[in-house]
Amino acid sequence: MTSVSMPRSSVVRIFGHGAWAIALLALAVLAGVAIGETSISLPVIVQVLANKLWAAGFPLDPIDEGIVWNYRLTRAIVAATCGAGLAVSGVVLQSLLRNPLADPYLLGISAGASTGAVLVAIIGIGAGTISLSTGAFAGAIAAFALVALLARSSRGQTAAGQIILAGIAGSQLFNALTSFLITKSANAEQARGIMFWLLGNLSGVRWSSVALSVPVVVLGLLVCLWHRRALDAFTFGSDSAASLGIPVRRVQAVLILTAALMTAVMVSIVGSIGFVGLVIPHAVRLMAGVRHARLLPLSALIGALFMIAADVLSRTLIKGQVLPIGVITALVGAPVFAMILVRGNRPR
Amino acid sequence: MSTRQEVPGAMLEGSDLSYSVKGATLLSGVSLAIQPGENLGVVGPNGSGKSTLLKLLAGIQRPSQGEVRLGGKRLSALSRRDIARQVAVVEQHAQTGDSISLLQAVELGRTPWLSALAPWGDEDDRIVAQAIADVSLQHLAHRAWHTLSGGEQQRGHIARALAQRPQVLLLDEPTNHLDIQQQLSILRLVQDLPVTTVVALHDLNQALGCDRLAVMDGGRLVALGSPFDVLSPALLDEVFGVRGHWLVDPFDGARVLRLRAPESQASA
Ligand SMILES: Nc1ncnc2c1ncn2[C@@H]1O[C@H](COP(=O)(O)OP(=O)(O)O)[C@@H](O)[C@H]1O
Ligand SMILES: [Mg+2]
Repeated sequence: MTSVSMPRSSVVRIFGHGAWAIALLALAVLAGVAIGETSISLPVIVQVLANKLWAAGFPLDPIDEGIVWNYRLTRAIVAATCGAGLAVSGVVLQSLLRNPLADPYLLGISAGASTGAVLVAIIGIGAGTISLSTGAFAGAIAAFALVALLARSSRGQTAAGQIILAGIAGSQLFNALTSFLITKSANAEQARGIMFWLLGNLSGVRWSSVALSVPVVVLGLLVCLWHRRALDAFTFGSDSAASLGIPVRRVQAVLILTAALMTAVMVSIVGSIGFVGLVIPHAVRLMAGVRHARLLPLSALIGALFMIAADVLSRTLIKGQVLPIGVITALVGAPVFAMILVRGNRPR
Repeated sequence: MSTRQEVPGAMLEGSDLSYSVKGATLLSGVSLAIQPGENLGVVGPNGSGKSTLLKLLAGIQRPSQGEVRLGGKRLSALSRRDIARQVAVVEQHAQTGDSISLLQAVELGRTPWLSALAPWGDEDDRIVAQAIADVSLQHLAHRAWHTLSGGEQQRGHIARALAQRPQVLLLDEPTNHLDIQQQLSILRLVQDLPVTTVVALHDLNQALGCDRLAVMDGGRLVALGSPFDVLSPALLDEVFGVRGHWLVDPFDGARVLRLRAPESQASA
C-alpha cells in the first residue's frame, strides 16, 4: 500500500522540481536576451515573443525585433542546451569510467571536430557545399569511431582504462593532424579564425541550431535519466555493477554513445567549450550528492545557467568585442576546479 | 547433448568450468556443486584461481568452457538482473572515490529489484535497515564511506550484498587486510548468515570453520570435502608447499593446523 503512495508523491515532487527548473531557465534566457551591447527592456522582449509566438501585433522597431528573435534568443537557448549537454555528458563519463578527470572531450570528439572544421575551412573539402558545422560533426564522429575501435581492440586491464587510453591516443592524433593542416595551408587570418572557432563561438547560431540542439539534449538527458540506477550501480566499479544486475557492456555502450553524440552535436554548433563538462558535475556532486536521479537533472540545469551567464559575460566584458566563450568558462572553471580539488581532499 | 550429469538439488553448480584470457588458462576443468545452506570455503595459493572461480560462479565472467547452473537453470540463459536477485558478491577490492554514505552504499543492493514499475518503497527501506542491522553497523549508517575502517567497509559490502536478498553469497577474501579481531568477527558473521555462502579464504585455520573446502591449485580443483579430510599433510605439502600437522588445543579440544616452512628451507 505504501509502495503505491510512494511513487505518486515522488512523481509530484519531480514535476514540482521540473516546473521550478523550467521557470529558472526561462528567467535566465530572458536575462541573456536583455543584456548586451544594446540592452533591451523586458517589456520589449515580451512583446517580441508575443508577436512571434501568437502574432500579437505590437508595433515594434524591426531592428530590436531582429536582435531579440534572431540573435539573442537563439544564442541564449543554444548556450543553455550546450551547457546542459556538456554537463550531462561529463557526469556520465566520470561515473562510467570511474575517473574524476573524465570530460566530454575525452573521447577524441573535440580533436576530431577541429580536424573536420579545418579540412572544410582551410583545405576547402566539399568546395563550399559543406558547412563548417557539418565538417566538424563528421570529424567528431570519425574520431569517436576510431577511439571506440581502438578501445575495443586494445588489451587494457579494464574497459574504463582502455577507453581513456584510446581517447588520449585518438585526441593526440587528430590534434596533430589539425596542427599539420594549419601550419601547412593556413594563412594568419585563417589560423586566427579557426582558433576563435575552436575556443567556442556562439555568433553563428540561428534557429536551425536551436532545432538541432534542443531535441538532442532533451533526448540525451532522458536516455541518461532512464539509466540513473545503472549509473549509481557503478559506484564500486564495473564488476560490482555487474553483480548488482547491470548488463555492463550494453549500458556502457548506450551511455557512451549518447554522451558522444550530444557532445559532437554541441561541438559542431559552437566549437569546443572547455571546463563545463568537467567542473559542473563536480560542483553539483558537492551540492547534491552522487545519486544520478538528482545529479543528472541538476547538472543539466546548472550547466545551462552557467553557460548563459558565460555567454553574457563574453559579450559584455570588453566593450565592442566578443570574447570566445571558452575563455570565460576556462577563466571561471579553472579556479573553481582548483577549489573543488582542495575542498574535496579535505575529510568531511 | 551434454554428457555432464546435474547434481540434484544443487543451489549453484559449475560443471567442467574453464576460463582463459589471451591464451592464458586461468581455470580448467573445475566441477563443483554447492548445496543449499552450506558454507563452502575456497582455499589455494595466490593466483590459484579462487577469484576467477567466484567470478564465473557469479556470472560476472563467462566460462570459456563448461557452464554454471543456478537452481538448475543455465546462467547464460538468465538475465543479469535475474542472477543478481539470487546471487550476491562481495569483491576482493571494491573501492570508490565517490563521497557516499554507508546507507547509500547499502541501498545499492536493492538495484536488481527496482525498475520504472517498481520504484523505491518502504519495503526497500526496511530491507536495507535490516541488512545494516545484520552486520551491526546501525550507529554508522550516515557516516561517509571513506571515513569507515577497513573492517567497517567490509561489513558495509556484506550489508549491500545482503540487501540484494540473495540465496547465495559469494565472498572473495573478506578478511584481507583486517586486524585479527575484525577477521574473526567477519568470519563468524559470514558463517552465521542464513544463506548459502561460498567464501575464498587465505588462512587455513580460519577455513576449518567451513562445512566443506574446495582446494584450488594452478587453476584446477584438487580437492573437495570436509576440511579435516581435505587438508592432509600430503596436500599441504603439494599445494601450499608447507609442512603441516594437526594439533589438539588443550583449551577446548579443537583440532588446529600447525604449519611450518619446508625442511629444506629451514635448514638452508
Ligand atoms: N585478466 C587477466 N589476464 C591475465 N591473467 C590474469 C587475469 N586475471 C587474473 N589473471 C591471473 O590468473 C591467475 C588466477 O588469478 P585469481 O583467480 O585472481 O587467483 P587468486 O584469487 O586465487 O589469487 C593469476 O595467476 C592471475 O595473475
Ligand atoms: Mg583473489
